[in-house]
Amino acid sequence: MARTTPAGARNAATGSSRFPAWVKPVVFLLCLLPLALLAGRGLWHRLGANPIEAITRSTGWWTLCLLLVTLAVTPARRLTGWTGLLRLRRMLGLYAFFYASLHLSTYVWLDQFFDLPGILADILKRPFITVGFTALCLLVPLAATSTNAMIRRLGARRWQGLHRLVYAVGILGVLHFLWLVKKDLREPLIFAALLAVLLGLRLLWRRVPNPQRSPIAVGASRAQNA
Amino acid sequence: MLIRQKPDIAASEITPRHLFEGRRDFIRAAGVGIALASATGAGILLRPAPALAGTKLPALRRSPLSATEAANSQADITSYNNFYEFGTGKEDPGQNAHTLRTRPWTLAIEGEVKHAKVYDLDELLKLAPLEERIYRLRCVEGWSMVIPWAGYPLSELIRRAEPTGRAHFVEFISAADPEQMPGVRRPVLEWPYAEGLRLDEAMHPLALLTLGLYGEVLPNQNGAPVRVTLPWKYGFKSAKSLVKIRLVERQPRTTWSSAAPREYGFYSNVNPQVDHPRWSQARERRIGELGKRATLPFNGYADQVAALYTGMDLRANF
Repeated sequence: MARTTPAGARNAATGSSRFPAWVKPVVFLLCLLPLALLAGRGLWHRLGANPIEAITRSTGWWTLCLLLVTLAVTPARRLTGWTGLLRLRRMLGLYAFFYASLHLSTYVWLDQFFDLPGILADILKRPFITVGFTALCLLVPLAATSTNAMIRRLGARRWQGLHRLVYAVGILGVLHFLWLVKKDLREPLIFAALLAVLLGLRLLWRRVPNPQRSPIAVGASRAQNA
Repeated sequence: MLIRQKPDIAASEITPRHLFEGRRDFIRAAGVGIALASATGAGILLRPAPALAGTKLPALRRSPLSATEAANSQADITSYNNFYEFGTGKEDPGQNAHTLRTRPWTLAIEGEVKHAKVYDLDELLKLAPLEERIYRLRCVEGWSMVIPWAGYPLSELIRRAEPTGRAHFVEFISAADPEQMPGVRRPVLEWPYAEGLRLDEAMHPLALLTLGLYGEVLPNQNGAPVRVTLPWKYGFKSAKSLVKIRLVERQPRTTWSSAAPREYGFYSNVNPQVDHPRWSQARERRIGELGKRATLPFNGYADQVAALYTGMDLRANF
C-alpha cells in the first residue's frame, strides 16, 4: 500500500485524517482474535458438550459482527470526518468473508460431513439456510473484486454498483439468524436494529449532499495512482 | 414381550420384595447418615436437607426398560440443557439453576381424581421403589443423549389418585418463580411451563416420574426435584421442576405448541419422517459423537409405544 497517495496527502492537508501506521496491523490482529479464542477453546476442550454447534455459532456470529462493522465504516467516516477509516474497510469486509467461509466449512464439513444431497435439500427446503447460503454466494464476487486491479478493471461506477450487494448480504445474514432461532429473538433483533440504523443513515444521506468525496472516489483515485 | 405388557398393577401390589428391599435400603441409608452425623458431632452435619442435588439416592433397581447404549457423561448431561426458566442458552441452566430451592417442595395431584393430594418430596421419594432407567433423549433441535435417570413409573402416582371416568388427559405444571428462576422474568414463553399427555400415554410404563440422575438426587439444571421423562417424545415434552399434575377432561394447552403451533404439536413423538418446518428430523447428533446418526421412529421405542397411536395420522398429529 502506498503511504503517500494523493488522497492521503489531501487528507493530511485538510488535517481531517491522520492514519498512524499501527492502526492497520492492530485491526488485522483484532479481527483474528475471535478465531484464536475459538481455537483455544477447542484445544483446551472448552467448547462444551456440542463443539460443532459452538463453532458454527461463533463463526456465524462473528461474520455478522464484521459485516456490521464494515457497513459502519462509511457512516462513521461521515460522522467523524476521519477519512482514514476507509482504509480499513476492505480488510474488514474480507474478514467478514473469511468468517463466513469458516461458517460454511463448519456446516459442510463438520456438521453435514460432505453429505451433498443433504446439504442441497437444506439449501432448497430450509429458508434460513437458503438465505444464509445466498448471502455467502453474494459475498464471493465482492471478495473477488476487492483488489485495486479489479477496481481499475471494472471502473469506479460499476465497481461501486456491484459492491452495493453488501446491503443485501447484511439483510440476508440477519434474516438467517432471525429464522434459525427457536424463540429468544433478542440477539438477532439487536443485529437487525443495528443494520437498520446503518442502512437507514445511507437512505437519509442520499437526500443530503455529501460534504466529502464519495468513498469509491477515494478508493479509485488511490487505485489509479497506486 | 415383557415391555408390551400393560402396567402390571397387580404385580407391583403383591410384589413387596423390591418394595421392601428399597425401603430397607432407604432406611439403612438414612440410618447410616444419621449415625455418621451424630458421630461427627451434631451441629454442622445435621442440616434438614437430605435430598439436595448431589446426594446419593438409596439403592436403585435396574430396569429391563433401560437402553443398552453407553450413557453420556455427567458433565455433558449437566452442562448442556434446555431449561428456559434459567435462560435460553444451553449453558445457562448449569450456571443459573443453583438459585432454585428444591427443599421444601410439594407436588400436587388434582383435577379429575378421587383422591387429590399434595405430596411432600420425601413422600414422593418413598412412594415406589426407585429404578435406574437409562433412556435415550432426543431434542427437537437435532441432538441426543443417553441418560441414566432414576425414578418410578408415573402410573404409580396417578393410579393412587384414582382418576375419574372424565380424566382423559394429564397436565403438567412446572414451577415459575421469578425470584429463583431468572429466565421467568422475561416473557420468552408463557409461564408457568405447561405440558400434557393423553392419560394412556401417561400410564405407559416408559413414562417415568424422575427424581434422580446418575444415582444421585436430580441436579437443579436437569429439572429438580421432580420431573417427568418421556423417552419417545422430543425433550420439551418432559416437563421439569413439577409443582402440579392435573387430570383433565380435554386436551390441555401446552407451552411450546402455543408458542409456535406450526412447529410443535401436542404429541411431538420423535418422528424422522416429519420434519420440523425449519429443519430436518431425519438425523441427530449424539452428544460426544462427530457424525450424525439416523433418528429412529419414537426414538427407538416403537416396539413399546407405537400401539398407543394405531390408526392415528402421525403427520397431522405431529
